[in-house]
Amino acid sequence: MKPELRELYQQVILDHNKNPKNFKEIPEATHQSDGYNPLCGDKLHLALKVDDGVVTDVGFQGSGCAISKASASVMTTMIKGKTPAEVDELFKQFQSVITSSVKDAIDYDELGKLAVFAGVREFPARVKCAALAWHTVSAALHENSETTSTE
Amino acid sequence: MEDLLQERIVVGDPHCPLDVLDVDRIRDDFPILHKRVHGNRLVYLDNAASSQKPASVIKGLSTYYEMQNANIHRGVHYLSGLATGLYEEARNKVRKFINARSEKEIIFTAGTTEAVNLVASTYGRKHVQEGDEIIVSAMEHHSNIVPWQLLCEQTGATLKVIPINERGELQLDEFEKMLSSRTKLVAIVHISNSLGTINPVEKIVEMAHAKDIPVLVDGAQSVVHGSIDVQALGCDFFAFSGHKMLGPTGIGVLYGRESLLDAMPPYQGGGDMIRYVSFDKTTYNDLPYKFEAGTPNIAGTIGLGYAIDYLESVGFAKIESHEMMLLNYAHEALTSIPQVRLIGTARQKASVVSFVIDEVHAHDVGTILDQNGIAIRTGHHCTQPVMDWFEVPATSRASFLFYNTKEEIDRLVEGIYGVINLFK
Repeated sequence: MKPELRELYQQVILDHNKNPKNFKEIPEATHQSDGYNPLCGDKLHLALKVDDGVVTDVGFQGSGCAISKASASVMTTMIKGKTPAEVDELFKQFQSVITSSVKDAIDYDELGKLAVFAGVREFPARVKCAALAWHTVSAALHENSETTSTE
Repeated sequence: MEDLLQERIVVGDPHCPLDVLDVDRIRDDFPILHKRVHGNRLVYLDNAASSQKPASVIKGLSTYYEMQNANIHRGVHYLSGLATGLYEEARNKVRKFINARSEKEIIFTAGTTEAVNLVASTYGRKHVQEGDEIIVSAMEHHSNIVPWQLLCEQTGATLKVIPINERGELQLDEFEKMLSSRTKLVAIVHISNSLGTINPVEKIVEMAHAKDIPVLVDGAQSVVHGSIDVQALGCDFFAFSGHKMLGPTGIGVLYGRESLLDAMPPYQGGGDMIRYVSFDKTTYNDLPYKFEAGTPNIAGTIGLGYAIDYLESVGFAKIESHEMMLLNYAHEALTSIPQVRLIGTARQKASVVSFVIDEVHAHDVGTILDQNGIAIRTGHHCTQPVMDWFEVPATSRASFLFYNTKEEIDRLVEGIYGVINLFK
């Protein structure tokens, strides 16, 4: 297999795709939003519970490609215990990972789990797949109840 | 059959007794098919989205801009006359290609989408009122759904949808029940872009005409797969695009029955579509110019004519038999993979194969195949209602034209096994 493909479909991503974390409903959700990628038809429903300004629970449902599902899964594992402002900061970091130049070095220590998505940089057509969950969580936290679209 | 395919037979040779296409020779006519993608020889299986172009079309376009370019129907100078002649010659080629009665029935548009919108805007606004009904099918492309929805919103009419069965075939008994005095138009796709189903258009036209209801056929997929005879089909409108039939993008055709076109109001206003303009009253030009406002896509139209020349030189008998061979080969190969499920198994089918792989999303399939140089379409194919009906978010679609080969299908199958192994 080509190295670019191996980089995109890292084992971590394949594992999250197969067994996504927090793939569940949140019955007492305080915030929710639907994400939609009209290009590929990916649909994502995201629900959060925010107590005292901190995300205490999060779950997602829907259908999507391995990249969007893994991204949603990883995202849900990273935002629990975070404030909306901290989530925004993570989103920014994530965007810098997936949209940076392929030549730029990735700081694995700083980016942690987000670094596994660096392979997306080689595949501009897939950046929207990776970003869908983050756009959706941002919309949910900022009370934008309308469906979030990647277009 | 396989042995015969090995023989080199001159394309378009009228003395050739066999309906067998020399695919190597055909491929030499398409420069892009020799391209390498991600280090592999390109396997182009996204023909239902857009076909590749033979050198004759490409050269025709550059010759036009190098030697023949001018505006048409206006100038008295040499080049304008030359360009006008070429443009109208292309119209004549289109007329013959689909066996329309008259060149007045051939309207050039930007593509199938604009052709459908033209009918919805003009025929629709004139004849459709509150309480009326338009019938489409469950397998329409969005371009044959949304223009009618817009018309329904504007007029208060209702859109009715012919259901399909699990094979992806129309349920004609249901269609029969839907036809009534309220029905003002039936708009139906000839060949489904996402399922490959070939619809029984003659039968549909017969059923609709029995109640004096006109029928529009979306021929975007069908014009390249087999010869079209609008008089034999009996349809009242037939829309298609150049780029799916080896021609340039941005050019399409609306065929309309002359009596209907004559009675329809103009589509867009502008130059060329008028006879006389004053601020008191403007009179419109005759058919087909009434519907061609402004400077048209002259180069595209001429290029479409060259695409028709090419298709006719190959011949649809050979095209059809080669494509059926590819379809059967692909069906057999894909159904032998346990993790693959075909979406669309109509008994009458064109060389389009939609499929899903267990536990793998179509976009991942598309990305991985692309790295092997294999171009397929993944997603909803602008037919979201079809995806909803089959309860899949998306499919992968390989669509073949006569320049494709069995070896390319072997590469596709090999690629699919690669996908399955990665996601195991």
